[in-house]
Amino acid sequence: MDLVVNGVEHSLDLDPRTTLLDTLREHLGLTGSKKGCDHGQCGACTVLLDGRRVNSCLILAISQQGASVTTIEGVDHPVQQKFVEHDGFQCGYCTPGQICSAVGMLDEVAKGWPSAIGDEELTDAEIRERMSGNLCRCGAYPNMIPAIREAAGR
Amino acid sequence: MTTTTDRAVGQPIERLEGQDKVRGTARYAAEYPVGDELAYAWVAQSTVARGTLTGVTVDPLVEADDVIAVLWHGNAPRLSEADDPELAVFQSDEIRYRGQALALVVARTLEAARRAAGLLVVEIDEEPHDCVLRTDHPDLYTPDKVNPAFPSETASGDVDAAFESSPTTIDVTYRTPALHNNPMEPHATTALWDGDDLVLYDSNQHPPGIAAAVGTVFDLPPERVHVITEHVGGGFGSKGSARPNAVLAAMAARVTGRPVRLALPRQALFSMVGHRTPTIQRVRLAASSDGRLTAIDHEAVEHSSRLFEFAEQTVVATRHMYAAPNRRTGHRLVRLDMPTPRWMRAPGEAPGMVALECAMDELAVALRLDPIELRVRNEPSVEPESGVPFSSRHYVECLRRGAERFGWADRDPRPRQRREGDWWIGTGVAGATYPTMAQPSTARARRLSSGDYEVSIAATDLGTGARTILTQIAADALGVPLSQVRVRIGDSTLPKASVAGGSSGSASWGWAVTGACQALRSGDPSSDEAVFDSTELVQQQEKDGKHAFGAHFAEVRVDAVTGEVRVSRLFGMYAAGRILNPRTARSQFLGGMIMGMGMALHEESVLDPAMGVWVNHDLAEYHIPSHADIESIEAEWLDEQDDQINPMGSKGVGEIGIVGSPAAILNAIWHATGVRVRDLPARLDKILPHL
Repeated sequence: MDLVVNGVEHSLDLDPRTTLLDTLREHLGLTGSKKGCDHGQCGACTVLLDGRRVNSCLILAISQQGASVTTIEGVDHPVQQKFVEHDGFQCGYCTPGQICSAVGMLDEVAKGWPSAIGDEELTDAEIRERMSGNLCRCGAYPNMIPAIREAAGR
Repeated sequence: MTTTTDRAVGQPIERLEGQDKVRGTARYAAEYPVGDELAYAWVAQSTVARGTLTGVTVDPLVEADDVIAVLWHGNAPRLSEADDPELAVFQSDEIRYRGQALALVVARTLEAARRAAGLLVVEIDEEPHDCVLRTDHPDLYTPDKVNPAFPSETASGDVDAAFESSPTTIDVTYRTPALHNNPMEPHATTALWDGDDLVLYDSNQHPPGIAAAVGTVFDLPPERVHVITEHVGGGFGSKGSARPNAVLAAMAARVTGRPVRLALPRQALFSMVGHRTPTIQRVRLAASSDGRLTAIDHEAVEHSSRLFEFAEQTVVATRHMYAAPNRRTGHRLVRLDMPTPRWMRAPGEAPGMVALECAMDELAVALRLDPIELRVRNEPSVEPESGVPFSSRHYVECLRRGAERFGWADRDPRPRQRREGDWWIGTGVAGATYPTMAQPSTARARRLSSGDYEVSIAATDLGTGARTILTQIAADALGVPLSQVRVRIGDSTLPKASVAGGSSGSASWGWAVTGACQALRSGDPSSDEAVFDSTELVQQQEKDGKHAFGAHFAEVRVDAVTGEVRVSRLFGMYAAGRILNPRTARSQFLGGMIMGMGMALHEESVLDPAMGVWVNHDLAEYHIPSHADIESIEAEWLDEQDDQINPMGSKGVGEIGIVGSPAAILNAIWHATGVRVRDLPARLDKILPHL
């Protein structure tokens, strides 16, 4: 099958059971996307699939013929530097997922997608709500919020 | 303390590996390329809590092309005995807990290994099991000691007489559930043999310890086991010693002659790598009418496995928190058909201080005394049980200063007084403490031909900031800028370091690093290398009387209709010696407080007694705090100088945040609602019926 990852075309011969996450990690050597639960519960595997954030552990690669995937290795966004400045991580294992999720989330906000909070502005409560699919066991949440807020230009 | 701006220690330096972590280039244990021969392993776990394994058969048609080996007790190589019986994988047909590793499938692909493991036919003679901790269990006993080497029981004075004669007493029982560390990176090992030498890319908190333990199992001296641990996706105690995954991967690599990768699935972390024991704690406090404690009596009942006596030191913190002339503490243990508990962030202090600090709140209510004032009135002048003076203790200052910063002064002491819309609002306070420890370590400092310096120690950085902090310490000890120092950690072949645990990493490793750098700086100028072993200095040190202290403050609101609890504000004020890096220390404090919030409100491993299993064994059902649970949370600290603890004057900051923060939240729930939750976590179903 064919997959475009971070702008590079790949032709892959995969076991049909292979998830998108395992394709990235085990077949393409792109280990920036993390496996925290393999069940779509923690968000560590978040990548951008055709621009939208998804849990790559829940997607069979074969179902994404020709799709374009952006992983943390292909992300170049101000939120990354903001994470470093605000100490928005400790162990770093959830971090690629948090960052991909933040990039996808800011795009959703720009498109006017609603959230359960329903604030018109991108308040901290909005960011927290929209980022809650990404768990962090180190508890770096309070530092991620200003990082994301500032990266959003607020 | 004099600090000058050109000193690195005390500066909020950004994490040195920060760019690697935000760009996805930091490698963890399961991420190293080891060649095309790499095989994948998947573990098959017991589905019963007790029994005998009689056979493992593989359908020859299942994944026939890809399965390389199936290992189990019937065919596994014999291993030598290690200190930890959990490492004796496949060495016995006895099943001691549900989730025990029974077989390992090794296959060419991850998908094949996983499917074949799921289709193994495992034959078991099942036996009745007993998994339930209770205070009237007939097998309860008093262990000889509790971790690591404290007496199980202590007693002084006449506790019973004090209870008879004191005007105010309370007698309460608090329960904390089994908890699971759940680091974001599941335990993982990539193993390969290079001749008779073993290489392990392993996720752990102690590379030299893993090398020694795995070496013992395979009859290798530790230097023949090379453990590489550059980055670790959290551990919180569960990676403090070698876990079965390291032995399984090494065994599979030896049998198959290939590199083998074993990354445990999240569900396996609930049985194979440890948990915090559930506790049932009875606390009795007696006080005179002026609010002085006349007696403290604290007993914990907890469990361990059939395999191993792990006796958590749950009530040890009670021995030094408050003054009282009559005191008794004790632990009772029962061995159940359960996985072996291990360390989880602040083992002992975290559950023990829930009971003590909630009981203190209950006593304050009974005495009609402010809970801060009650604590201040019972401040000891020396460590109450040992009689040893504290090297430094600023608990009262933390309470007072924290109260100012939090805004405690106008608090109405009565519960259930403040209502805004559907929300009951209340505030609570609780103390925090954690022992200040150091362990022997060795470091090496080298002057490079470039004029820069390389400092090496087999430490690990689990996200604590160790790599950054050690660089700061080394720079100051060498008298050079940070940019001239390169610190190497995360490799068992480097000079021997102690475990990243007990909030002792910075103290222990920093001590060795300071020594090596000072020796290089002051030694023979013709020598470009110095090594320093802190063992002698550390062993000479008085161990008692050394603790960090703190105070936690919480404001909660409780929904009068649903019983939902929200933590509007959580504030920690600490006295933890010299803060080496304010940026990373603050993150450690906050992280501990957030895990404390999880302990108070969310986290609980729910046992099905019929099956002997924690049924909520994943991150969808074992709830940890998420982004949306956090509102206002802050940590501050006092400038505390302590020259008696280590050359940096630092106390550990990694664990104290989870000590007392759950009690502050529970006390705030009582203040908001009048409902006293004594059975953690404070789920809405425990609150709502009483609203």
